[in-house]
Amino acid sequence: MSLRIVVCVKYVPDAAGDRQFAEDLTTDREAVDGLLSELDEYAVEQALQIADEADDAEITVLTVGPEDAKDALRKALSMGADKAVHVEDDDLHGTDALGTSFVLAKAIEKTGYDLVVCGMASTDGTMGVLPAMLAERLGVPQVTLLSEVAVADGKVTGRRDGDVATEQLEAQLPAVVSVTDQSGEARYPSFKGIMAAKKKPVESLDLDDLDIEADEVGLEGAWTVVDEAAERPARSAGTVVKDEGEGGKQLAEYLAGQKFL
Amino acid sequence: MAEVLVLVDHVDGAVRKPTLELLTLARRIGDPVAVHLGPNAAEAAKTLGEYGATRVLARDAAEFADYLVVPKVDALQAAYDAVSPAAVLVPSSTEGKEIAARLAVRIGSGIITDAVDLEAGDEGPVTTQSVFAAAYTTKSRVTKGTPVVTVKPNAVAPEAAAAAGAVEELAVSFGESASGTKVVSRTPRESTGRPELTEAAIVVSGGRGVNGAENFPVIEALADALGAAVGASRAAVDAGWYPHSHQVGQTGKTVSPQLYIAAGISGAIQHRAGMQTSKTIVAVNKDSEAPIFDLVDYGVVGDLFAVVPQLTEEVKTRKG
Ligand SMILES: Cc1cc2nc3c(=O)[nH]c(=O)nc-3n(C[C@H](O)[C@H](O)[C@H](O)COP(=O)(O)OP(=O)(O)OC[C@H]3O[C@@H](n4cnc5c(N)ncnc54)[C@H](O)[C@@H]3O)c2cc1C
Ligand SMILES: Nc1ncnc2c1ncn2[C@@H]1O[C@H](COP(=O)(O)O)[C@@H](O)[C@H]1O
Repeated sequence: MSLRIVVCVKYVPDAAGDRQFAEDLTTDREAVDGLLSELDEYAVEQALQIADEADDAEITVLTVGPEDAKDALRKALSMGADKAVHVEDDDLHGTDALGTSFVLAKAIEKTGYDLVVCGMASTDGTMGVLPAMLAERLGVPQVTLLSEVAVADGKVTGRRDGDVATEQLEAQLPAVVSVTDQSGEARYPSFKGIMAAKKKPVESLDLDDLDIEADEVGLEGAWTVVDEAAERPARSAGTVVKDEGEGGKQLAEYLAGQKFL
Repeated sequence: MAEVLVLVDHVDGAVRKPTLELLTLARRIGDPVAVHLGPNAAEAAKTLGEYGATRVLARDAAEFADYLVVPKVDALQAAYDAVSPAAVLVPSSTEGKEIAARLAVRIGSGIITDAVDLEAGDEGPVTTQSVFAAAYTTKSRVTKGTPVVTVKPNAVAPEAAAAAGAVEELAVSFGESASGTKVVSRTPRESTGRPELTEAAIVVSGGRGVNGAENFPVIEALADALGAAVGASRAAVDAGWYPHSHQVGQTGKTVSPQLYIAAGISGAIQHRAGMQTSKTIVAVNKDSEAPIFDLVDYGVVGDLFAVVPQLTEEVKTRKG
């Protein structure tokens, strides 16, 4: 039987750009070019490696996001995923983490899955909570924040380098995993991959297709609200000296002046 | 007064500092009730009481160590059901965020992660967050359900405020999903004897400029002279020069110390994301154009192998 892998990928504003908030205090997705979250490339990479090890596997990449989020799906397809699902609906604008996990869970159930692979966090929201929320909603084990992952005999195993300990984890499929940026460099799409991706199917789903009401998601349905967003005041220009042989001593003098010594 | 649940972060009953910060913040919106999962609740309760916990709901069970995350969610939910709190505060550790996330789904409440401050507001607690690699500061609220908030270390200075800290046994029945993810083995991280990175008042970090694992003692020596924690950039970690648990930045730790010293670090956006809110920033870099200099209060353009050892010697002399 084929191993059905769903990889959740997010389309995010490029961190190298000048990221901003829109007037309604949602993330401005116009000001800065978007791309496949770099941290989700690691998820695609691990899914590809797991699929390589399996007798038979199919990888679906899934995103919830605006029209342009197709770019993220294309990139994942060009890396080697088999097909894509794009959940897109105007009513999704402003959906928060709980809402997104609700929509993703519905889409994952509709697609069918044995293994869900996520990144460790999105590079814009940086919450790192969706994989746990998905596991809770789907009612399957979470095997998260893995720097190493493998699937065999209907089980997923992995290594989690936590704050205080390194843990070896194990769970039965179906399961939700997330992988860190320590899990191994993501491959670059090959020319062949990029060409092949153009022919791979991308299914579009809207809220109706997932039996979700408009008021369950979006800004209206959100469980949280951002009341204020202020640009952090620029740090006042500091003193920069060139080391002419006394740089360390000058630095010590500064630190003493600031009462650190 | 309303009660506020605070999930305790501890090592075998030794309460970690971020929990004291949570108790301090919790007092702004109600009476803190601590939830202690694991051994040595009585010992922990002394500290928790000193910092304002009126009650300590305690439960020890093998499940907490044997299975990942979910047993603690079951327990926190049991506490939630027992207390009907005004808010639930959880430390923003990787595990803390996952526990909070699952609790939020279960109780149908909004969740805010990585708060750096929290105040009482007319419509419930108002949290402050630092977003887009600390380029923006936002204020947010939970609008549905009981606010579940994870709080970053160093959000506030812990303030003592004696309270009863009475230990009560928390009844928990573990659900089927509690044993879903088995912890097959656990290797505790070896203690370096230095302060915890996220809790330290001073952090000294080294980057690619340190140029080899064999040179990191230069960074460590300065850290030890200052009583500081040691950090590293991802470039240094990826090169295998320093353990990943010391990485500062977007995919490492966020630090917000009184003093951050960056040596041989260029200051890429992903690194800045983890240190930009430090009170005082100092850098040593041989490239005067390095972006880290845009952030510094004091910078030295020079070779770190000359500047850092000289600084270390000077610190030692001055500290006597
Ligand atoms: C998704 C994602 C997540 C990331 N997460 C993180 C993260 O969590 N943390 C992080 O740090 N990075 C992270 N990065 C990587 C980040 O983009 C940079 O590549 C990294 O921070 C560079 O590390 P560095 O400053 O040590 O190295 P470099 O950028 O190579 O800079 C080295 C600096 O050392 C200076 N130097 C060299 N020799 C000396 C000397 N002898 N004396 C003084 N100065 C010297 C050089 O002038 C240079 O400025 C992430 C990237 C991505 C895409
Ligand atoms: N809109 C989205 N569409 C698909 N996957 C997502 C979306 N948002 C988050 N994810 C997944 O959840 C992970 C953690 O995201 P977060 O909790 O938002 O930091 C990401 O690395 C993705 O794998």
